[in-house]
Amino acid sequence: MSGPSRELPRWVDIGLIPFVNLSAAFLVTGLVFLAIGESPVDSVIIMLNGAFGYGTGLGYTLFYTTNFIFTGLAFAVAFHAGLFNIGAEGQAYLGGLGVALVCLSLGFLPMVIIIPLAIIAAALFGAAWAFIPAYLQAKRGSHVVITTIMFNFIASALMIYLLVNVLSPKGSMNPETRTFDPNAHLPLIHDVLAGLGMAVARSPLNLSFIWALVCAVAVWLLLWHTTLGYQLRVLGANPSAAAYAGMKPQRLIVIAMMISGGLAGFLALNEIMGASNRLLLQFTAGYGFVGIAVALMGRSHPFGIVLSALLFGALYQGGADLSFEKPTITRDMIVVVQGLIILFAGALEHMFRPQIARFFASSWFKAKEA
Amino acid sequence: MTSDKAMAAHPAIALAHIDKRFGPVHANKDISLEVEKGTIHGIVGENGAGKSTLMSILFGFYQADSGDIQVDGKPTRIASPTDAIKAGIGMVHQHFMLVGKFTVLENIMLGAEGGFLLNSGRAKVRRELERLEKDYGLTVDPDALIDDLAVGLQQRVEILKALYRGAEVLILDEPTGVLTPSEAEHLFRILRQLKDQGKTIVLITHKLKEIMAITDRVSVMRRGEMVATLPTRETSPEQLAELMVGRRVLLRVVKAERQPERIVLEVKNLVVKDSAGTVKVNGVSFAVRAGEIVGIAGVAGNGQSELLEAITGIRPPFSGEILLNGTPLPCDAALARAQKLAHVPEDRHRLGIVTSFDACENVILGYHGDEIYQRGIFQDRRAIVADTEKKMQDFDVRPQDPHLRLGLFSGGNQQKIVLAREIEQDPDLLIVGQPTRGVDVGAIEFIHRRLIAMRDRGKAVLLVSVELDEIRGLADRVLVMCGGNITGECAPETSEKQIGLMMAGAAA
Repeated sequence: MSGPSRELPRWVDIGLIPFVNLSAAFLVTGLVFLAIGESPVDSVIIMLNGAFGYGTGLGYTLFYTTNFIFTGLAFAVAFHAGLFNIGAEGQAYLGGLGVALVCLSLGFLPMVIIIPLAIIAAALFGAAWAFIPAYLQAKRGSHVVITTIMFNFIASALMIYLLVNVLSPKGSMNPETRTFDPNAHLPLIHDVLAGLGMAVARSPLNLSFIWALVCAVAVWLLLWHTTLGYQLRVLGANPSAAAYAGMKPQRLIVIAMMISGGLAGFLALNEIMGASNRLLLQFTAGYGFVGIAVALMGRSHPFGIVLSALLFGALYQGGADLSFEKPTITRDMIVVVQGLIILFAGALEHMFRPQIARFFASSWFKAKEA
Repeated sequence: MTSDKAMAAHPAIALAHIDKRFGPVHANKDISLEVEKGTIHGIVGENGAGKSTLMSILFGFYQADSGDIQVDGKPTRIASPTDAIKAGIGMVHQHFMLVGKFTVLENIMLGAEGGFLLNSGRAKVRRELERLEKDYGLTVDPDALIDDLAVGLQQRVEILKALYRGAEVLILDEPTGVLTPSEAEHLFRILRQLKDQGKTIVLITHKLKEIMAITDRVSVMRRGEMVATLPTRETSPEQLAELMVGRRVLLRVVKAERQPERIVLEVKNLVVKDSAGTVKVNGVSFAVRAGEIVGIAGVAGNGQSELLEAITGIRPPFSGEILLNGTPLPCDAALARAQKLAHVPEDRHRLGIVTSFDACENVILGYHGDEIYQRGIFQDRRAIVADTEKKMQDFDVRPQDPHLRLGLFSGGNQQKIVLAREIEQDPDLLIVGQPTRGVDVGAIEFIHRRLIAMRDRGKAVLLVSVELDEIRGLADRVLVMCGGNITGECAPETSEKQIGLMMAGAAA
């Protein structure tokens, strides 16, 4: 016999197992809170309330979610092609440069023209930053994990140079650009809704949230409904089969990485064009790295990524409120919680799987024999 | 067993009511088996019949859900391979478990190093090796690196390893898959010698000819059940095949005479190097005509794989020419397909399929760019599924579910999907490597008939197989490869012995 069948019902695979993993993460989190003398129940209430309980909180949650959707999708596209793009951080940073250049130089144009231009610029700059590691991987076999990490540092150094020496307004001591013209601000959701007669609380949530959802659908269509996506997935699942099938692995590697980099670049739409309205140092703030966890937890499926991005967004916003209310729970504690989720949902993803598989195998079998 | 055996000693191995399930799969159903001491006992069955599971239970890889094992009359609990070795059971796996960069001596010591310092252990192994060599005629240079040894010798090291650990019962899993006929002959001589010295041998194989040639008794498994245990003398390959499949099977391929026509594939002075730069195909020339099957025989690893990869555009040739229908074939698998070359790869799992994808996504592999699968910028899912359903029906793929993950199909059905994909493109040239590797007997018959049908439709077929019987049964012309050269060409009726000589590099 070829061995035990490991097939599980779909809902178990994408529903139950992540849920069990998350529960385990929250259980350990609760123990940590107990250990520092805080009530886990109180903390959960504060966090949930902070993330979803009031308008501004919800707005911030979705604002962070937007960032995670972009970087999660970025990681997932490359991941499906068998590439580990650790460079979303740097690619997003460069995407910010693209957005800023458009917004600074073309701020006089009407908004309907600036927005598409900014989207294109974000994608192009992000993709360009991913192109070099991709090319090196495809042609020279330099591993993208190494090169993309290095490119994060290069991006950081480059941006410091540009912001300090080139882009900051004359006489300013701050390493940041001037504020963009109002035409080059992405409309905030509360302003848009106010225009439609709905009053919602103020938050930095802006139209890029919608764009993130559009991107999720587009990535889904790309991966599962186009020939290009098919080729990327074959390359990721079985590179030898891709060669057998006459695909061009080198080209596919470059394409996958550039799409990935472009998606990462969109992070800047949210942060730069939507929220801060000027290019700042280190605006990427680690979103690129957390995107890896978001994608892995979302099983690299756009739908799962949106859900796990929402979870991480809620954690960011709820955690901020929690540390504000409880002085013993610092910002670092939230990082611990995040780390536990990544640990249980990512690294230890298969910890509970054998038990669950065994349970389902036996009950399944009984049902079949009956 | 019969009463006259009662006075003999206990059976070497007695399995009673072994039952094993893997989730929904009932791999072994209430299996009882006795293997007498000092005999060679064959176990045959199709892929998935449960042979390997049963042997894995005996060797301690798996635990039976219920049932008992007796070794030499004593009830024995075998919870791990260590227990099995302690009980005197040794196993020679199909894929050798050897460290290539270690010497023979070091490999035999593995796991039996005998203390903190290696020296004493080493001396002991050397002494013991000399004894084994004397007793069984198993000669191997103890200081040779495994990587430098021929496959047949590596296998001998595996046997020595088992004997060194005190094996009284030796299980061999498909031992001849990688051997030339003469190496296999040599292995059988060793096995007979071991038997004469009182060792017990369990031989798992799908080659009925070997069962007939060497075993004393044979057990047949089908779908997890032990369907028969017979003295080999009283059975025939036909009967065994029927027991394995559960219906009558045509073992011989029936094919009509057919006159070959124009040249379809022409290979001239082809040299191919592997990625390390070693010459694997050394100036090979041959032609394949429409309406003929040309078989390339040879022991695995003599350049056949590289030859196929070069012709099909996966590996760029170093020099030489490949012409398809008179035009040079570019080194590009996609362009080769466009020129009506279809390829059923040797290593299905590595090249031919993506096991984690659905069946329908595998049916378009290589032809994913074809217009019939597109609708605008998107893939036409409905067309793909419909096409898959049709191909599954034509090739009797079971289960007929286009959305089932390919990894869940049996080997035979996976191969049928690959064949359906390639044959239904109506190519001029079909390149087939190991068409029946890991495929069950029932499916083998089907696949062979399809290949003959291709030939009868006037297509050219190039067949590479390490199964000499398959080559001789299917091919109209046989080329023999050894060490990257074609060492001979002969008619399929040529005796196995003579082809075997060419496979070993001797001139025809």
